[in-house]
Amino acid sequence: MASATFKIWRGDRAGGEFKDYSTEITEGMVVLDAIHNIQATQANDMAVRWNCKAGKCGSCSAEINGMPKLMCMTRMNTLPLEQPITVQPMKAFPLIKDLVTDVSWNMNVKTGIKKFKPRAPDAPDGTWRIAQEDVDRVQEFRKCIECFLCQDVCHVLRDHHLHQEFIGPRFLVYAAALEMHPLDVEDRVEDLRKQHGIGYCNITKCCTKVCPESITITDNAIIPLKERVVDRFFDPLAKLFRSFSPK
Amino acid sequence: MAEYQTFEQDVLIVGAGGAGLRAAIEASAAGVSVGVVSKSLLGKAHTVMAEGGVAAAMGNVDDRDNWRVHFADTMRGGQYLNNPRMAEVHAKESPDRVRELEAWGALFDRTKDGRILQRNFGGHKYPRLAHVGDRTGLEMIRTLQDHGIHQGIAFHMECTMIALLTNGGRVVGAFGYDRERGRYKLFRAKAVVLATGGIGRAYKITSNSWEYSGDGHSLAYHAGATLMDMEFVQFHPTGMIWPPSVRGILVTEGVRGEGGILVNNQGRRFMFDDIPANYKTSTADNPEEGWCYTQGDKESRRPPELLTRDHVARCIVREVKEGRGSPHGGVFLDIAWIKEKLPNAAEHIKKKLPSMYHQFKQLGDIDITKEPMEIGPTTHYMMGGVRVDGDTQMSDVPGLFAAGECGAGLHGANRLGGNSLSDLLVFGKRAGEFAAKFAKQQRAAEIDSEQVNEVSRQSLESFERSGGEGPYQVQYDLQDMMQDKVGIVRVQQEMEQALEGIQKLRKRAANVSVVGNREYNPGWHTALDLNHLLTVSEAITRAAMERKESRGAHFRDDYPDKDPASATFNLVVRKGNDGEMQVSREPLPKMKDELKRIIEEMK
Repeated sequence: MASATFKIWRGDRAGGEFKDYSTEITEGMVVLDAIHNIQATQANDMAVRWNCKAGKCGSCSAEINGMPKLMCMTRMNTLPLEQPITVQPMKAFPLIKDLVTDVSWNMNVKTGIKKFKPRAPDAPDGTWRIAQEDVDRVQEFRKCIECFLCQDVCHVLRDHHLHQEFIGPRFLVYAAALEMHPLDVEDRVEDLRKQHGIGYCNITKCCTKVCPESITITDNAIIPLKERVVDRFFDPLAKLFRSFSPK
Repeated sequence: MAEYQTFEQDVLIVGAGGAGLRAAIEASAAGVSVGVVSKSLLGKAHTVMAEGGVAAAMGNVDDRDNWRVHFADTMRGGQYLNNPRMAEVHAKESPDRVRELEAWGALFDRTKDGRILQRNFGGHKYPRLAHVGDRTGLEMIRTLQDHGIHQGIAFHMECTMIALLTNGGRVVGAFGYDRERGRYKLFRAKAVVLATGGIGRAYKITSNSWEYSGDGHSLAYHAGATLMDMEFVQFHPTGMIWPPSVRGILVTEGVRGEGGILVNNQGRRFMFDDIPANYKTSTADNPEEGWCYTQGDKESRRPPELLTRDHVARCIVREVKEGRGSPHGGVFLDIAWIKEKLPNAAEHIKKKLPSMYHQFKQLGDIDITKEPMEIGPTTHYMMGGVRVDGDTQMSDVPGLFAAGECGAGLHGANRLGGNSLSDLLVFGKRAGEFAAKFAKQQRAAEIDSEQVNEVSRQSLESFERSGGEGPYQVQYDLQDMMQDKVGIVRVQQEMEQALEGIQKLRKRAANVSVVGNREYNPGWHTALDLNHLLTVSEAITRAAMERKESRGAHFRDDYPDKDPASATFNLVVRKGNDGEMQVSREPLPKMKDELKRIIEEMK
C-alpha cells in the first residue's frame, strides 16, 4: 500500500504553520479521506468542514498544492505522491482554524442583492407557463454549490481585498441567474454597476477554471451582465433616446 | 456556573435543511421572532443531496393522478403503519407547496406545454416527481435559503444543540455551543421546532454526512417526548460501493426511473424473479413493457426495478448472498443499455442524470453512458422519529414540534422516494405555522439554571480526562456493530448482542478524552454527538427486537413473514421514570371511513 505525506496548515487567527502528517493511500481515495484518516488517528482537533462527500454541497473547499479545489472531489491518484501534498485554507477569507475559514461575508453579500421578484401569474390556473429552453438558460447558474472557490481565486478579492466594493464571481453568477430568470421582473443593472462593482472584473477567467460545477462563469454570466451595464449606461444612442422619451 | 450568551426568540428552529427553513419562513410570516440554528453553514444540509424529485399529485403528465392516488400509494408503501391523517394532509397539500416554491424562484423542468414536468419513481402509480435533472434538492434548499434570508430570521450557523430545556413539562428553550469558538449559547423560546434530519451516522455504510447523528430524536427523547417507528430504517438499494472511499454515496432512484435496470453477474434481470403479491397487478411482467413505462407509455406497467426501496434492497442482498453479486459485493445498475433503444442515448443520459454522470466519472472512473455501475444498499433515511400530532406537528411535550425526517408518522414502515422532499415542505410549513400560533399564546417561561449548569458541566468532562481513547474509535465501533447486527437483515440473537454492545460503548463514550481547546474542535464535537448516536441506536435496536415480523424496511430472518397481528400497532419508545428506555405497543390511529374507502378502491 502506498503512503502519502501531507503538509497541512494548522493554526488560528493568532498564527500557525504547516505540519507534516503521513497516511496510507488506498484505491480511489480522495484528499478528504486522507484528511479524515489523519484527523481520526493523529489530530482529533484538526478543523475541517465537509458534508456530502460527493461534490454537491460545496463545504470542503481548500487549496491543494496551491490550487483551489473541493477536497472530496480531488482523487489522490491525480496528485504526485513523491512530494508532500500541501493542504491549506482558502486565502480570500479570514481564518477561523486549520482548514476552516470565515465565509460569512458571502452570506451578507447575498442579502444585499435584490431578491427574486416574479411577474404576476398569467396562466389560467394561477401559475405560469415556462418553456424548457428558458429554464435551460439559467440552469447552468443555478447549479452553483456555493463552495466559494471562485471567490477564493478572484484576484480582486484574494489579492486586492476589495470585499467592500466587489461582490465577486459567485454573486455575479447569482445576479445573472436572477436577471435571466424567465419570471423575474426586478432590475439589478444599476446595482451591478454601482454597489456590486462589476467593473472590477477584468475577465481573466480564473473563476471559470476552478469551478467544480464547470459553470462558464465569465463568458455566460459576467460578460452578459457587463453588456447590460454598458447598454444602460454607456451606449450614446440609447442615452439620447432615453433623454427624449417620455418619463 | 456556566457561562453563556442568551438569545430570546418566540420560535427556535433546530436545523436548516428543507424542513427547518420552510418552518422558519412560515413562522416569521406569522409575525413572531424566529431563530434558526444549524450545525453546518446555510445551504449545506442534506436536502442539498436529494436528487430525484419532490412528489406532488399535480397531474401535469398524467391527469389521472390526484391526492387520493398519492395517499393510497403512500399508505401501501408504508405497509399501512402510517399515520393516515398525515398521509392525507401530505397528499392534499404538496402540490401547493411545490407551486409556492416556483413563486419563490425555483425552476423545475417543464412539460412541452410549459408546466412543471413530473417523473416516475418507485411506488408512485403515475409520474409524480417534480424535478430539476437530478439535483432537485439543491434547487429546493437554495430557493428556501434565498427566500428566507430576506424574512428577518436570525440565523446561527455552525451551532449545535446539546439539550432541550424544559420547565414544568413544557419546552422553554435549548442549550448548545457554537462550533467556531466553542462558546455556549442559550436560546430562550416559547416553542421549539426540531428539524434535524436523520440518524444515518449510526451505521457504517450510509449516504448521510457527519451531521446525521439523530440529534433531534435524542433531544426530544431526553426531554420526555415519545419516539415512534424506530425499527424502520430505510436502506436505499442503490449506493456506490467501489472504490471503498465512496462506499454509501447515493445513486438516485432516478436512474431506474429513466430506464436503468438491475442485473446480477450472470446478466439476469433478477427483479423479475420476485414481485410481491400486492404489487403483482401493477408491475410489468416483461422487459419491453417496463421500458415503455419509463418512456411515458400510459398503458404499460412499471418495471420491477421501481418496486419499493425495502424490497429492491432485499433482492440485492439475496443476489449477493447467493453468489450472483458483482466483484465488490453488490450488483450492476445499467443505464448504458438504453443505447439499444435511443439513438442519442449518451447525450440523453448526461442531460437527465448530469450529477450521476459526473459523480461516477470523477470518483469511480466509470462512464455510465458506456458501462454499468456497481451498487449496493446504503443507510439512507429514518422513517421513525418524534411522534407528532398529524395536523400541528406538536409532540407530546407542549411547545416541542418536529418536522421532516426527525418526525414520524407519514411514511410508516417504508418511505416512497420523493415523499421526503414533499414531507419537509408540507410539514415544515405546518410546524412553523403551529409553533408560531403556540408561541403567541404563551408567556416566556423561566429557565432552570441548575439544568443549564448540569448540561454544561457534563459537556466539558471529556476535556478534563486525559489518556483515555479518542472519540472517533468509539464512533467507528458503534457504526460497525449497528451495520452488522441491526442492519438490513436482523435476528434476535444478534440484536441482543448489539444491545450489550451499546452498553459497553456507552461506558467507553463516558471515558473518552479530547485534545486541544474548545475552538472548532471536531474531536470534541464527535464526543458530544456520541450521546445522541447511542440513544438512537438503542431505540432502533429495542424496537427492532420487539417487532417480531418482517414488514417494510424491517426484515427479520427469524420472522421472515408479515404477521397480521403486528399490523395493528406502532411501537413507541419513551424514557421511563427510572431513566431506562421503554418500548411499548400503541394501536394504530383511527382512520376516517373516506380514507379506508380510498385504500380499498386502489388496492
